[in-house]
Amino acid sequence: MSLKIDRDHSRFRAIVRGRIRKNLRQYISHGEMIGRKGKDLVSIPIPHIEVPRFTFGSKQQGGVGQGDGQAGDPIGGQEGDEPGTGEAGQGEGQHILEVDVTLDELADILGEELELPDIEDKGKSKIISAKDRYTGIRRVGPESLRHFKRTYKEALRRSIAAGVYNPRAPVIVPQSEDKRFRAWKEDQQPIANAVIIYMMDVSGSMGDEQKEIVRIESFWIDTWLRRQYDGIESRYIIHDAVAREVDRDTFFRTRESGGTMISSAYRACADLIQREYPAEEWNIYPFHFSDGDNWSMDDTLTCVEILKNEILPVSNMFAYGQVESPYGSGQFLKDLTEHFGGDERVVTSEIADRDAIMGSIKDFLGKGR
Amino acid sequence: MPPFGRKTSLPSYLRAEQEKIEGIARSLGLDFFPTVFEILSYDRLNEVAAYGGFPTRYPHWRFGMEYERLSKSYEYGLSKIYEMVINNNPSIAYLLEGNSLTDQKLVMCHVYGHVDFFKNNFAFRSTDLDAGALVTDIARRGEDYNPERKWIDKMANHGSAIRRLMSRHGVEPVEELIDVCLSLENLIDPYSPFIVRHAEEPVEEEEPSDVEVPRLRAKDYMESFINPAEYLEEQRNKLRAEREKKKGKFPASPRQDVLQFLLEHAPLERWERTILSIIREEAYYFLPQMQTKIMNEGWASYMHSRMMTQHVCDWSDIIDYADNNAGVMATSGKRLNPYKLGVELYRNIEERWNKGRFGRDWDECRDLEAKRNWDLRLGLGQEKIFEVRALYTDVTFIDEFLTPEFAMEHGLFTFEWSDRNDRFEIQTREFKKVKEKLLQQLTNSGNPFIFVEDGNYKNRGELLLRHDHRGIDLRIDYAQRCLESLTRLWKRPVTLATKVEDKPMLMSYDGEKHQRENAEP
Repeated sequence: MSLKIDRDHSRFRAIVRGRIRKNLRQYISHGEMIGRKGKDLVSIPIPHIEVPRFTFGSKQQGGVGQGDGQAGDPIGGQEGDEPGTGEAGQGEGQHILEVDVTLDELADILGEELELPDIEDKGKSKIISAKDRYTGIRRVGPESLRHFKRTYKEALRRSIAAGVYNPRAPVIVPQSEDKRFRAWKEDQQPIANAVIIYMMDVSGSMGDEQKEIVRIESFWIDTWLRRQYDGIESRYIIHDAVAREVDRDTFFRTRESGGTMISSAYRACADLIQREYPAEEWNIYPFHFSDGDNWSMDDTLTCVEILKNEILPVSNMFAYGQVESPYGSGQFLKDLTEHFGGDERVVTSEIADRDAIMGSIKDFLGKGR
Repeated sequence: MPPFGRKTSLPSYLRAEQEKIEGIARSLGLDFFPTVFEILSYDRLNEVAAYGGFPTRYPHWRFGMEYERLSKSYEYGLSKIYEMVINNNPSIAYLLEGNSLTDQKLVMCHVYGHVDFFKNNFAFRSTDLDAGALVTDIARRGEDYNPERKWIDKMANHGSAIRRLMSRHGVEPVEELIDVCLSLENLIDPYSPFIVRHAEEPVEEEEPSDVEVPRLRAKDYMESFINPAEYLEEQRNKLRAEREKKKGKFPASPRQDVLQFLLEHAPLERWERTILSIIREEAYYFLPQMQTKIMNEGWASYMHSRMMTQHVCDWSDIIDYADNNAGVMATSGKRLNPYKLGVELYRNIEERWNKGRFGRDWDECRDLEAKRNWDLRLGLGQEKIFEVRALYTDVTFIDEFLTPEFAMEHGLFTFEWSDRNDRFEIQTREFKKVKEKLLQQLTNSGNPFIFVEDGNYKNRGELLLRHDHRGIDLRIDYAQRCLESLTRLWKRPVTLATKVEDKPMLMSYDGEKHQRENAEP
């Protein structure tokens, strides 16, 4: 059944995608992309174009609310929350919807929203893991696996057959041929193992806003890849002039200063892969975020060497996200494009601001590698 | 008729419910237009809702946007529209296919509340097409009041007019102009329907020969003392100067209906005029609904709750009803819920008029104990709330019936943005402040007051608008976009006089660049 609204709808989609009416694009808001992970509460972005009107600056305005609390207490909820039911009014409101969804559902929504393909993992058939499962019964085995019920039944059957069973004094003494033991079988299963190695430049030029962007983006990448693979590990490397591996929390919070030698991170990444993630068994996703300022051209060449010879041959893809910062020159992205322009294992993306995150995720994951 | 069109008629078990509920509504004193229920699947309902209730609106991307929002909310399980009813005679209401029977009954009850409100509240009189969008007599109408409100047809005509323009002038230019007009959509005058306007500038009126200075009456011999010649001369000059000043004035007095002014005086091509006037007409159509959000929802909720709990629900319905009703009435995140505020105010009014808690004796009583037990057994509550639903809008409703006791009982407070903590915070529970804030938000439906001040600004045919600043600054980037829209229609530079951070500010746009300066016009 086709609806009359479909035409208006596809026109709206075309505006959002920037195909027509380009001047309207400046009014598109995607809403906040990230929710609180702990409570599984996530805001879903729905693009919204607001027609500008004469209106009041919102923060000066305030309003009237209802409920408990003292002066100075914060008030919850988003501006313009609508109650669950109601007339379709002419109300404006901010069209940010807050919902409870699980991260899996969220990943599905993300996938649908960005039209992400499912990931073809590179070595599914090769990767085998053996898993023991108890499936049967045997006559021999260790005492610790004795099947009490079966053993008892056998002993009961034998004593009745032998005529020694006395219902008045039902004592059953199992003998060794009565004993039954659990038996296991080895199941061979192909499994998908994946590791994401996040690398971030934390030199002086990466400010809080840039890190926030990296945080949001890596949250979504994490969510998506987790949906795609059963077992997934994340490792975090930060670097300025030297690199070190850190835990997740430190990764997002550290603010170092000093110079930038990207090769140090790539070196650390390559070593990590070599040490812990044999390429035959793992799907490997190195992601690197930086503002694109590297110390020297020599160092950039070292990076290219490491990438070409050590990282790329073992990775599913290598993603480089360049966050725009007022200090970064953005040179590194150009260098990468120059050296790996035609290589589809290298995906680069420029992230200008928060609104660009969606597009960048699509750049990274849109190839289904 | 397309096949799904035929399926919109009500199945017989719902028709039976409708008859029953209509009878109950009537017995409670509701007086409504004939009401037609249609049942729609969720995507059709979302479609109709996206069009603001009219399945035949003009094509525009924002309806598509609304549709996407509604369908996503539905598909992700966030919210769904239960009901929708449009102010039309006969009124059309939509039910969602697949809702439980209890929900359908609830919706029907709610709808009859709305339709009664549409018919009886005076503000909706401005949507009577046979009255030419004028309400000069706000006296209450009787049961036989049967105005022409064929807005379904009207909107359909607008739709086909715009489609026709699109095929003649192209989709882009027409849509672009619609966007321009929409950005000015709120520049209308809520009182306009109640003012009989005389022709703006009387044509070829004879200029009175000279100004006349009124004299005080005096006996002959006192004349030179009571009306001294120099004083008269002074007054004469003053009046002359005033007239001189007024002479060049156009419009003679500031006009709040900016859209109307543009229609009358902007150099518009015929197709542009058609679009602007369609946007203006529809803005006025939706205006009463904005002006009575609290009252209308409150009334419908009050009525559905009476009807459901006293007449409609049987024991198998009551839990579902209560659950659903609680969802509608919930105040989430301490935000004000118009449904809740409205229904509680009606109940409060009913109680006060039943017990005689109004008037001078009540106001002047300082004895708390006496006030607590005050009950004159007047039983005027029902009569009063029916009167209130006819004669008030949200502003006057809150102004007259929000009492300190009510505000305290319901825990109302004001909140404001805290720069220090970067969040909205509770500010005060002081009654005066709460009421002030509430009224401020409702006044002019929450829109800034903007007037046409001068249609021949600087004597160069430019347009000067004035923002009547009442404590809150305009959002500047949006105001600039609106100036662009105005310039597009006026085709000459447009200036807006406003205040920013307590300093007068002139914002102007000349078709190429924006200018801002701290100055008075």
